[in-house]
Amino acid sequence: MKNQPIPLGRLLGYVSKNVLLGVYVLFALFPLIWMVVLSLKPDSEMFNTTFVFHPTLENFQVVLTRADFLGALQNNLIICVCAVILSMIVGVPAAYALARFQFKGREDIAFTFLSFRFAPEILVIIPLFLIYQKLGLLDTYLGLIWVYQLISLPLLIWILRGFFEDISPDIESAAQLDGYNWWQVFFKISLPLVRPGLVAASLLCFIFCWNSFTFALLLGGGHTQTSTVAMNKFLASDTVHFGWAAAAALISALPEVILALLIQKHLVRGLSFGAVKG
Amino acid sequence: MSTATTSIPETAAAGLSSAARRYARKKALRPYLVLAPALLITIGILIPFITAIVDSFSDLSLRGGEVTWVGFENYVDTFTDSRFWHSATVTAMYAFAATGVEMLVGITVALLLNEENWASKAFRTVFIFPLMIAPVIGALIWKLMTNPSVGILRYPLGWFGLGDFRWSADPNWALLTVVLIDVWIYTPFVIILVLAGLRSLPKSPYEAALIDGGSPIFVFWNLTLPMLKPVLYIALIFRLMTSLQEFGIIYAMTEGGPGDRTMNVAIGAYDKVFQDYDLAASIPQLIFLWACIYAICFVLIGLWRNAQKVSSGAA
Repeated sequence: MKNQPIPLGRLLGYVSKNVLLGVYVLFALFPLIWMVVLSLKPDSEMFNTTFVFHPTLENFQVVLTRADFLGALQNNLIICVCAVILSMIVGVPAAYALARFQFKGREDIAFTFLSFRFAPEILVIIPLFLIYQKLGLLDTYLGLIWVYQLISLPLLIWILRGFFEDISPDIESAAQLDGYNWWQVFFKISLPLVRPGLVAASLLCFIFCWNSFTFALLLGGGHTQTSTVAMNKFLASDTVHFGWAAAAALISALPEVILALLIQKHLVRGLSFGAVKG
Repeated sequence: MSTATTSIPETAAAGLSSAARRYARKKALRPYLVLAPALLITIGILIPFITAIVDSFSDLSLRGGEVTWVGFENYVDTFTDSRFWHSATVTAMYAFAATGVEMLVGITVALLLNEENWASKAFRTVFIFPLMIAPVIGALIWKLMTNPSVGILRYPLGWFGLGDFRWSADPNWALLTVVLIDVWIYTPFVIILVLAGLRSLPKSPYEAALIDGGSPIFVFWNLTLPMLKPVLYIALIFRLMTSLQEFGIIYAMTEGGPGDRTMNVAIGAYDKVFQDYDLAASIPQLIFLWACIYAICFVLIGLWRNAQKVSSGAA
């Protein structure tokens, strides 16, 4: 693209490209910037100022001292961390099996795991609501951790499968010749080799669990209210304090943005299910 | 996926000693044993899926009371209900519009970001932010932005004399507004995939094309696009899959309104269950949605596998 013959054409191309990019940057980032602005605005200046005002941290103070919102963040943290750990315990060996062993129905089983995400969440939730009611799992950590497996397990398995497939079989064969069992090979050779993949996959699962709304809204409750649900109620019930809502949105988004920046290198491979060697 | 490999040579068990045969049988069972916990956990949660199908033939309701079998009544009622077909149309329009725009914008921006200038480099680290925010929170941010009393968007619209534009409260623009929010949240997903695909393309075909004097457009259509196909399919599969079942964004923004303008199948089913308490009556439309998503993904995953084979063969 760098050998355009006419300088004027090249200049025009350069300008139009950057204008296009600029428009998208504005579209993508402006809502977030405005959110920061809104969260720093005192109530008295909410309606009569745009960008010039007396910044205050009052909104954050209010949101953070409201026990229910901090509790919601904590709930979300407990549920998501446990859900990801459970996914790792059962999912990592499964991903390894799907990548390494030759067996009947391998592709079908892999597709089955993916197909768990085809069912509309509501379709699973409706009967689950009744079953949880009977089992007493409604509004419990265990209930949500279990149902979150539908979000995190397929993701973890499909991402890690790609990483395991990239390990040269020769390395594993060599270890086997040295007298290792398959599980020794798995724990001592393969697992350490996919550690970057494991980190990326588990963080990605964490983000998707953290963002999940429908399961938490309908199967959670007062004891297990997550921050996404709390946030939604916060804004739905309170139409006066926009600054609070903005601050709450920022607080609940912050952990993920930090995570995303930390794992950006691995994120791409994770999101593409290993189809892209990032 | 890339070619399947196995570290354990598949030896023919025939003609071996009984101990070796037992070992071979154990080895054949091994993958299933390793997979069992993962399958059990997810199938345990999917039992409701089967009970849902069973329930759909009854008149089960959240109000309680005697449950009787009603045969296909719920299905007949659903598929003869014009409100269902309206919500199915909304679902399709929402999903195809959002996915279409996201693919187009995503590919364009990824191509722009793939250039080596300061603007592209700077933006490459931050464009992903909207994706990292919970879709519901994203929708709420837009709800604030489009709010008629504090929303910042009232200023630029005011310059064009559109100061009283009501976004999602306007029946004619509500669907487009929620599509816009979906685009804002999920375009980075397409960008990140396409960008990664672009950056992992081999260099040599491009050098050859440059020597032959191919125009940028020619190079894009005949070289870049075919090699990008697998990544594009993955992006398409995931965007279609999630936008067809989108609940959170619409729920947070409009709850299906104004009227039924943004009422998609998921929201419609939610209303039936948690407002009308007609649990069984809501299931047929969800099974319909599930079947559509399954069929679409089945076809697209087949296409993706082929594209994967072609592009890895070409590269």
